[in-house]
Amino acid sequence: MAKTKVLERKPLSLAERTYLPQIVTGLKTTLVNMLRPSVTLQYPEERPVIPENYRGVPTLVKDPNGREKCVSCQLCEFVCPPKAIRITPGEIADDADTAHVEKAPKEFDINMLRCIYCGLCEEVCPEEAIFLQDVFSVSGYSREEMINNKQKLYELGGTLPDRHRKWDKKKAAELQGAAHH
Amino acid sequence: MSETKQLETVTVNVDGVEHAFPKGMNLVDAVASIGSEIPHYCYHPKLSVVGNCRMCLIEMGMPMRDRATGEALLDADGKPKIGWMPKPAIGCATTVAPGMHVKTNSPLVRDCRNGVMEFLLINHPLDCPICDQAGECRLQEFATDYGRGYSRYTEAKNVKPKRTRIGPRVMLDDERCILCSRCIRFSKEIANDDVLGFIDRGSYSTLTCFPGKQLENNYSLNTVDICPVGALTSTDFRFKMRVWFLKQVDSICTESSVGANTEVWSREGKIYRVTPRRNDEVNDTWMTDSGRALYQLAEAENRLLRYAVDGQPSSFEAAIAASLDALKGRRLGIVASAHASLEEQFLLKRIVEVTRARVFMAYHQGEGDGILLSEDRSPNLRGALLTGLIDSLPAVDLSALDQALTAGELDSLLVIHEDLSALGVSADNLAKTKVVFAGTHSNATSEAAQVVLPTLTVFERAGSFVNQNFRAQRFKSAVPGPQGIASDLTLLETLAALVVGETPTHPDVNTVWQSLSVANPVFAGLDYNGLGSMGVALEPGPLAELPFVETRNLKYNPR
Amino acid sequence: MDWFTAYMLPVIYAVTMIVVVMSIAGYSVLAERKVSGWIQHRTGPNRTALPIIGAIPVLGPFLTRLGLFQPLADGLKFLFKEDITPGHVRRGYFIAAPIIAIVPALTTMVVLPFGQYTDAEGVVHPLVLANIDIGILFILAVSSLGVYGIVLAGWSANSKYPFLGGIRSSAQMVSYELAMGLSILPVFMWAAVPEPGNLNGLSLFGVVQVQQGFWLAMWQPVSALIFLVAVFAETNRLPFDMAESETDLVGGFHTEYGSFKFGLFFVAEYAHIVIGSAVFVVLFLGGWNFLPFIPAPWPDGMVGAVMSVLWFLLKIFFFIFFFIWVRWTLPRFRYDQVMTLGWKVLLPLAVANLIFNTLLIALRDTL
Repeated sequence: MAKTKVLERKPLSLAERTYLPQIVTGLKTTLVNMLRPSVTLQYPEERPVIPENYRGVPTLVKDPNGREKCVSCQLCEFVCPPKAIRITPGEIADDADTAHVEKAPKEFDINMLRCIYCGLCEEVCPEEAIFLQDVFSVSGYSREEMINNKQKLYELGGTLPDRHRKWDKKKAAELQGAAHH
Repeated sequence: MSETKQLETVTVNVDGVEHAFPKGMNLVDAVASIGSEIPHYCYHPKLSVVGNCRMCLIEMGMPMRDRATGEALLDADGKPKIGWMPKPAIGCATTVAPGMHVKTNSPLVRDCRNGVMEFLLINHPLDCPICDQAGECRLQEFATDYGRGYSRYTEAKNVKPKRTRIGPRVMLDDERCILCSRCIRFSKEIANDDVLGFIDRGSYSTLTCFPGKQLENNYSLNTVDICPVGALTSTDFRFKMRVWFLKQVDSICTESSVGANTEVWSREGKIYRVTPRRNDEVNDTWMTDSGRALYQLAEAENRLLRYAVDGQPSSFEAAIAASLDALKGRRLGIVASAHASLEEQFLLKRIVEVTRARVFMAYHQGEGDGILLSEDRSPNLRGALLTGLIDSLPAVDLSALDQALTAGELDSLLVIHEDLSALGVSADNLAKTKVVFAGTHSNATSEAAQVVLPTLTVFERAGSFVNQNFRAQRFKSAVPGPQGIASDLTLLETLAALVVGETPTHPDVNTVWQSLSVANPVFAGLDYNGLGSMGVALEPGPLAELPFVETRNLKYNPR
Repeated sequence: MDWFTAYMLPVIYAVTMIVVVMSIAGYSVLAERKVSGWIQHRTGPNRTALPIIGAIPVLGPFLTRLGLFQPLADGLKFLFKEDITPGHVRRGYFIAAPIIAIVPALTTMVVLPFGQYTDAEGVVHPLVLANIDIGILFILAVSSLGVYGIVLAGWSANSKYPFLGGIRSSAQMVSYELAMGLSILPVFMWAAVPEPGNLNGLSLFGVVQVQQGFWLAMWQPVSALIFLVAVFAETNRLPFDMAESETDLVGGFHTEYGSFKFGLFFVAEYAHIVIGSAVFVVLFLGGWNFLPFIPAPWPDGMVGAVMSVLWFLLKIFFFIFFFIWVRWTLPRFRYDQVMTLGWKVLLPLAVANLIFNTLLIALRDTL
């Protein structure tokens, strides 16, 4: 057992026992602080600087070609701790430009009343299609309004650069790769 | 399998522990039976062995013997010396042998699996996000368990045909195919429809249908089940739901008297697919495509969802009261159904007894395919015989009922499930009779009925069926039924009790089985839970001699 | 015209006085919020704008930023909120309590001098509603009635937190009343020097007149200190807000109160602060006298009167600021510490101070 060392407290002087010098010191401190500038941000006229890795409202993004990146693999739906995400998968028509992607969400709802902004959906997404971006203020008059549907999610998300261009490469390979036949 | 015949066993040392296995057992199955695993792709217990995936490589050895004397050689500790084979062997082509030693997890074996996985994944497209197999994919599982975790392959991957429809119900993605040939062997050996094969042997090996043919037999979806990867996928289930969201419940296929064991996959009360469940006594690991499609009936357009009296929606109580009016003190006919479960037939028998009603039944028949689709197209005809609801095989249609109605011998009818007009009862006769219809879907009879009592489908209720081999098998409720609909058991119990003026109870399958096991010695000592997931073979006695319509099929051999 | 001078004029004076004191109380709330904001590096209320005044370029936004319209909004809010009376209260007392709380606060100002008027003949008159000889006695008597409002509120609310708040408050008031009364006795003993022509007695105007040279705070620092602490305690301000102590009693005596009834308590507290500040300024900080030893530069007549009043107000404002400043500096005392301080420190100190001054005066008189 560690040895306990008892420290003797220094007895208070008479001035200290009246507390008055301490009160004066305290008053001085508050007065000095009062003269310093305020740190208040006048929201909503002034907006805070949102850092790059901020976790705001989850959104769906498109790639630079305007293709929706989400392929409705439903991993985000699976990983979502409060079960805020609800996806109905769908198939891309055979004659579509992006037929080689095969799969896209038919419906994609994120219930912002349930979302806890944990960012697991962004982390788990294999297609880098869902991002928690800089929108941090959401409000609505009804529960239905607070459910972001697919169209709303793409409106919020916009287009982000794509580092991998996985599906572009795949299409190129498909077009020229069948040469051996 | 009788108790008297002692199984011959052999002792095999797996990873240093001695285990006894039945003689002739495949090593992959043997290791699986002790809770360990030899990973494999191409091996399937119900198909021939080809050994082309090389995933099941293991180290194997036998005790060494002195060549001259045949004496077992012993090492310094006095234990038999093992002669390990210098190279790994494939487990799937190995049968257990006495004294055999196997290493399933040695460094060499791990290296082999690692290498095999790397080769398999070289040309594998990174399709998992859009692949329906994800979540039940052997490639995913083994890559996690035995793979290296990253790719060293920087060259361009092979391009093969994708999104190919090789049949009305099956999609093929050749890039995902690992050439295990399970589907080819299945089509040839089980479905007897040899339509699949590999072409372009080499790096560009491609699975394809024979020219001018399609994979369109009634067992094509089994290839989807046995495909260890996402190469073959079901068109019906395509992109519907990820498998990890689905809840599996044991059920029984109601298509025919084969009674194939199934699993019903559902999420939040919606059924997404039905797959076979292995039962070596009934259906091995297969089932028909047509049987799988039956789940769509649960959400069909013509599903009966409201109690109705004289065409007007009513409450359960009002519908029951109206039914009693038809049942009590009249000359009653009851049309029983071989689609009803054993428990429901037992309760219906009670109603028959207290109302002294005449029982009619139809023998639904169709063409059998000699595999898993029998000629008897109802799941529980033998159950009706065992519960005493009927005492002989019924006629193909209900012309006897029609004659009785024409002759004016019956005032009212209680119809379970059956559509009388389709079975030879004239519309005139139907119109002049008071009809109480209990069933799941609307038909001409429900339209004509005075009282309509909606019931639950096989996916929504629990019960048991007796199949072609007099095997009692249970099915469980996979999804909740439509709102406000009482279970068939509650409905029948309420009617049976109220007809004689008793207070109805709320029965479940267990309480019905308590009465059932007393009523018929065939069920003595059994209960619903006792049926287990594999079912119990009953001893039907003389009933087995009846001239059933089934001809020989996969597991049925007429006497 | 007699009728007007006799009846209407006092009423007009009284109403004017009430309006002024209440506005100061209202703006004290704003000051409280602003000062607390500044002390915590915030801005305080700066949004409430009036339609026309707020639209004046430069000035409008400036006033808005200062939050000058905020008390108006606060007051309207108190007026228009739904007035809920909980079902379990004793209704009559519950409604009477806020009135009883605010009436003494407003009554004390009747005897409060707030300026001087030197007429053409050079005679100095006090500016006060009722210049009675026993001014300080009146103030002590009436202001201690304020505790009845709080006790009644705590008791009639019929729930435990208000009840505890009421008990604490009454105990605290009684304790500090003693020390307060004793502390100002020496002040009047010095002020009411038995000299020919000195008829000051307990008159507050007299006390101010005495302080033309020395301020009594310099002459009687111990009395001033005790009185200061007691004023804080009497007004239920931090560090003595035992009765409210929102951290342990939710809201103390006014937990069950809402809307206008709560508003009355709220205003009463600030009215107490204003009156308390004024009394302290009168007693110890020289009233409207300019600075110690500097004769008041006020000219005779109305101009001088106005200037004296303004100077007096300035002192009060500083003191209100001091109240706020202390509130945002010191933490709340524990209840037992409040009692210890009152009974074991301030009361003996006040008694000792009284005896010392008595002896001193006796000594001076004998010499």
